[in-house]
Amino acid sequence: MERTALTTAEPFDDRTPIYQQIADRVRHAILSGDLQEEAQVMSTTQYATTYRINPATAAKAMSTLVDEGLLHKRRGLGMFVCPGARDLLRTRRRATFWDDSMRPVLEEARALGITTDQLVDYLKEQP
Amino acid sequence: MSDPLGVEVDAVTHRFRSTEALSDVSVRFRPGTITGLVGRNGAGKTTLLSLIAALRPVQTGTVRVGGRDVWEEPSLTSRVCLVRDKGGVLEDVRIRHTLRIHRALRPHWDEDYALALLDRFEVPLRKNPEQLSRGQRSVLGATLALASRAEVTLLDEVYLGMDAVARRMFYDELMADYVAHPRTIILSSHLLEEVEDLMEDVVVLDRGRVAAAGDADTVRQQHSTGDTLASLTDVLVRVSTERAPR
Repeated sequence: MERTALTTAEPFDDRTPIYQQIADRVRHAILSGDLQEEAQVMSTTQYATTYRINPATAAKAMSTLVDEGLLHKRRGLGMFVCPGARDLLRTRRRATFWDDSMRPVLEEARALGITTDQLVDYLKEQP
Repeated sequence: MSDPLGVEVDAVTHRFRSTEALSDVSVRFRPGTITGLVGRNGAGKTTLLSLIAALRPVQTGTVRVGGRDVWEEPSLTSRVCLVRDKGGVLEDVRIRHTLRIHRALRPHWDEDYALALLDRFEVPLRKNPEQLSRGQRSVLGATLALASRAEVTLLDEVYLGMDAVARRMFYDELMADYVAHPRTIILSSHLLEEVEDLMEDVVVLDRGRVAAAGDADTVRQQHSTGDTLASLTDVLVRVSTERAPR
């Protein structure tokens, strides 16, 4: 099976724990389809040597994702994306989309004096 | 390599004349883990490392490696390797000779790896250490530490003399070699931003005392305010200002 690299090789920022950033990137890759179901995820060793981070940090990210039902371990082979992982993430993300993503946009639009009509027009113009 | 050895320090107090370098220090370094040992100048990092390496006898308390007293067990000495930014080599004989000594003393010594590292970092074998530049001296120390593959590897500011590129190369080597040969590594450095991602655990020393210890993410979280994770520098600033100077 082809080993799928992460979508981005950007270094991590130092404002949130790196294991959370790794987990976020994997979730994002699953959602966007860059990481397909049953695809293999980079090993903790690869993470350690690629990003110059402690392998335990990568392992912590993996175990978080296993707990969330997104990854599973195949003994001796590595970590793989669970079947249904993308749907699981979509369902979960839809629930928080309005509060997490839309509310800040609306608050900023209000602060900038952008009207609801302008927002609606903008949305309708999107392909 | 045999199983990684843990390091246990219990109630250690160490004095140099009237100065107390370590005050009732109790801390554990987990086997097979990279731990960062951080603190300001004079916090006691080097003293603690020299006690673990049995370069000095313990005055009060106990220091155990793999459950045994390092000072009382000469057989442990070859399994603990302490390297500083200078010293530890014969200055006026060729580097080849230093390598020969390590080959004889270090049970897990990897000569090919040592030669490859020195070649990669462009350190000439025919020279004597005293003829090397500061950066090359640091590389030599780091090479001896990595190629010794000691179960307990103590790196005390080894990378101080290296420039930014050499340090980056060294961190890459360290991580690759640690992944291939997991062992207990204690890393002390002033360059906190550069090393904070390498470590799993951290021990913060402040004026001879343990100010914080544990999983690095947890320690950083405990010293964070708001949503932003505290860096190790933030942690250090916080612990050294929390307590009024004596």
